[in-house]
Amino acid sequence: MDKNSPIPPRDDNYSDTESAWAVDVREAATRGMTQKASRKWWLAIALLSLMVLAGVYAWYYQLKHGMASAGYNDQAFWAVYIADVIAFIGVSYGGAVISAILRLTGQSWRAPLTRIAEGMALATVIVGAMFIFPHLGRPERFMNIVYYANWSSPLVWDFLAIMTYTVATIIFFYIPLIPDLAIVNRHLGSSNSPMRRKIYSALSLNWMGNKRQRRLLHGSLTLISLVIIPLAVSVHSVLSWAFALTSRPGWAETVFPPYFVIAALYSGTALVIVTAAAFRSGYKLQRFITQRHFVRIGYLMAALGLVYLYLTFADMATEGYTGITTGWITQTITGRYAIPFWIYVLFGELIPIVVVAVKKFRNIKGLTFAAGGVVVALWIKRLVIVLPPATQPLIGSYWGAYHFTWVSITITLAGVAAVPLILMVMFRLIPILSIEEMEEAGPIGSIEQISDKTEKYQDTLLAGGRNLEHVKQKTPSAGLQMSGVDPISPQTTPALAVNPNVNTGGFSINPGEIR
Amino acid sequence: MSTSYNNETDSTSSERRTKKYRSFSLSPSVNDESSCGASACGSAESESCGISIPKGEVSRRNLLKLIGKGAAATVAAGVGVELLTYRAYAQSGSTTTPNGLGTNGNMTPGMAAAMADPAAPPDHQWAMVIDLRNCDGCGSCTAACQKAHYLTPDQTWIKVFSMANNDGQTYHMPRPCMQCEDPPCLHVCPVEATFRTDQGVVLVNQDRCIGCRMCMAACPYEARYFNWTADVQYPTTPIPPTPQAPIPQKLGTVGKCTFCVGNLNNGLLSECASGCPMGAIYNADLKTDVAVNGLGSTVKLSTFLYNNDAVTFYPEQNTHPRVWYIVGHGQNLDTNSTTA
Repeated sequence: MDKNSPIPPRDDNYSDTESAWAVDVREAATRGMTQKASRKWWLAIALLSLMVLAGVYAWYYQLKHGMASAGYNDQAFWAVYIADVIAFIGVSYGGAVISAILRLTGQSWRAPLTRIAEGMALATVIVGAMFIFPHLGRPERFMNIVYYANWSSPLVWDFLAIMTYTVATIIFFYIPLIPDLAIVNRHLGSSNSPMRRKIYSALSLNWMGNKRQRRLLHGSLTLISLVIIPLAVSVHSVLSWAFALTSRPGWAETVFPPYFVIAALYSGTALVIVTAAAFRSGYKLQRFITQRHFVRIGYLMAALGLVYLYLTFADMATEGYTGITTGWITQTITGRYAIPFWIYVLFGELIPIVVVAVKKFRNIKGLTFAAGGVVVALWIKRLVIVLPPATQPLIGSYWGAYHFTWVSITITLAGVAAVPLILMVMFRLIPILSIEEMEEAGPIGSIEQISDKTEKYQDTLLAGGRNLEHVKQKTPSAGLQMSGVDPISPQTTPALAVNPNVNTGGFSINPGEIR
Repeated sequence: MSTSYNNETDSTSSERRTKKYRSFSLSPSVNDESSCGASACGSAESESCGISIPKGEVSRRNLLKLIGKGAAATVAAGVGVELLTYRAYAQSGSTTTPNGLGTNGNMTPGMAAAMADPAAPPDHQWAMVIDLRNCDGCGSCTAACQKAHYLTPDQTWIKVFSMANNDGQTYHMPRPCMQCEDPPCLHVCPVEATFRTDQGVVLVNQDRCIGCRMCMAACPYEARYFNWTADVQYPTTPIPPTPQAPIPQKLGTVGKCTFCVGNLNNGLLSECASGCPMGAIYNADLKTDVAVNGLGSTVKLSTFLYNNDAVTFYPEQNTHPRVWYIVGHGQNLDTNSTTA
């Protein structure tokens, strides 16, 4: 393989000729690290920090005055915080699994998205796990779960699964970072502070990019990608069992584990779209993250959305038809929880499906709007899963109610703010693009600059490298027209399109050979 | 009614107990703790009583002895019997709590002795009978309970529900904690803060509870109440709160009906039973087969239950409640017929 590759295997000091592509990738990936932060960035950081601090204060207030201040009562004993836990850990799952599945299936176009998706997964799993603390009445005794673990309790399984998944997410985030930090150290050179450089070189584990290291990296990445998928399935199954293993109608459902897993994947793909759109415009990555990336993840999102709709229906249909315990269904569809439920149906199902189905809306703006709606709607859906069975009367007919208070709203908003805060700071410290993966995938593999209309030119390119002139001429304008991106600089485009020595994620294209 | 109390085969010990339950009354002189006592029911005596230990019990017994010693020495929580689940206990006929622990650092000498020697079973297995024919829904039981335990108005450890019977008329059903023999709340508690004493009473260790409220989700009877607010005025008590008498309750932990087990063990009735002007609530002891209500009528428990077709609440949940209901003509405990 390596012998046939037109790119010679790199030696220890990276003396390979850096292609124009590699130069561009490195520049873009380290943009956040080299450029001075804009005033907008600081403003956003200040605002988000303020929201997080407000949440911390609200939590202090809740600890001091009791959980009644967050709107809880004996008939609404589980409410917003557990919905937050499920929603945040859920979106994390989407980021991790999208990255893992696309990596395992060799989808080289994933390359510009992996770092953002994995970073999002890490940030959200941390915030999601943090929401366990406001959920508890006695958070300072949290370690009792370790000291006095009762293994018959689903919450102990939850604890174990979430902790394992968090560790796996950190590893999954860290491994692709190893080569990147070495590259960054070399790329930034003296512009990097010595302290930072020391940390990066320590974290990059003496990465030289030689053959053995590369093999190790790929092996471990495949392994962690394989591990994280069942791990994430287990986390959401176990989370669902915290509900399904009670005897409450509406929670004690066999459909719950896949229901939760699909909800997680669905909301996670949606948040990948939102995060990618935000950092794409914030970091001016239009050249690397294109409309086609959004459309592809959008298709995935729509498919998952349909599965989720099906599971929602299946969940309600069985009990609704037999009519034994239909109180929570009536309340969900027509009663107290009808408005949030139909908001979910509208923003969580109908709009994303229409946006993905209709070509006119199937662009970055439309998909980002739909995905943002999905993230919010799926949070609301989690609340609708939690509240009706919790507030339903098991004896008598008096329905309980949960009322939002400033405490619960502030704490939830703090979590919402913490995710972009973590990501914005994170991408000041580490490259926003997975440099190694993008260089490996090459320009065609990773960005597919060519839009739908000119896709046939890519086919010709792959078929034998003929008609390269067409590609050279049409690509920039087509890209402009379709996605509204910045025009691609004339210096880079030829390198992008013509460079015959591109390596598309594993197999090399050598026009001379393929013909 | 599969219960785990009915396991003695030995005539000597049952005779010994027969004497005792005959003297069961409201008089504090028949204090079980002083009479059954740690020393009186020590292992030596039980061995001499000839209680047969079934095969396979030895290891459990030794283990419990060990734990009992440790617990008695350190009186510390944390030496749980993780190896043995509740079901193994139930099947083996033991009445010891699966937690292996009585209380949080407030273990009574009687409990410690019982744990030190499982061959000496506890002298009481507390239960309750509620005669719905006598309940007029006045709510005195709830009021008495709340007063004695300093509960907030929301915390109805015993709650009176209004139900509709078959001809549409209303009847009332007080609902305390069912003190299940197979309690779902115990199984789902992640930190074993909920435990079952050797007298069959399910209690909450509020010093260990992390406030996750999983037990509230699991309880099919909605019998658990959380301490949601710090704005509760508690009296200053000379005694620290115990699971048997959680006064004051701790903010951010869960609480529930304790069966007033402290009262029962001191020869008194529970607050709800003594507070019921209709005599609808009977405190009962499965071991001595006696039930007593607040009006002083004493009945033979088994006969009383049998003759009146007593039922348990939600038997399909397989929780095996230790609270029995005696329903009147045309009444049932079907929740679909409830009105409030």
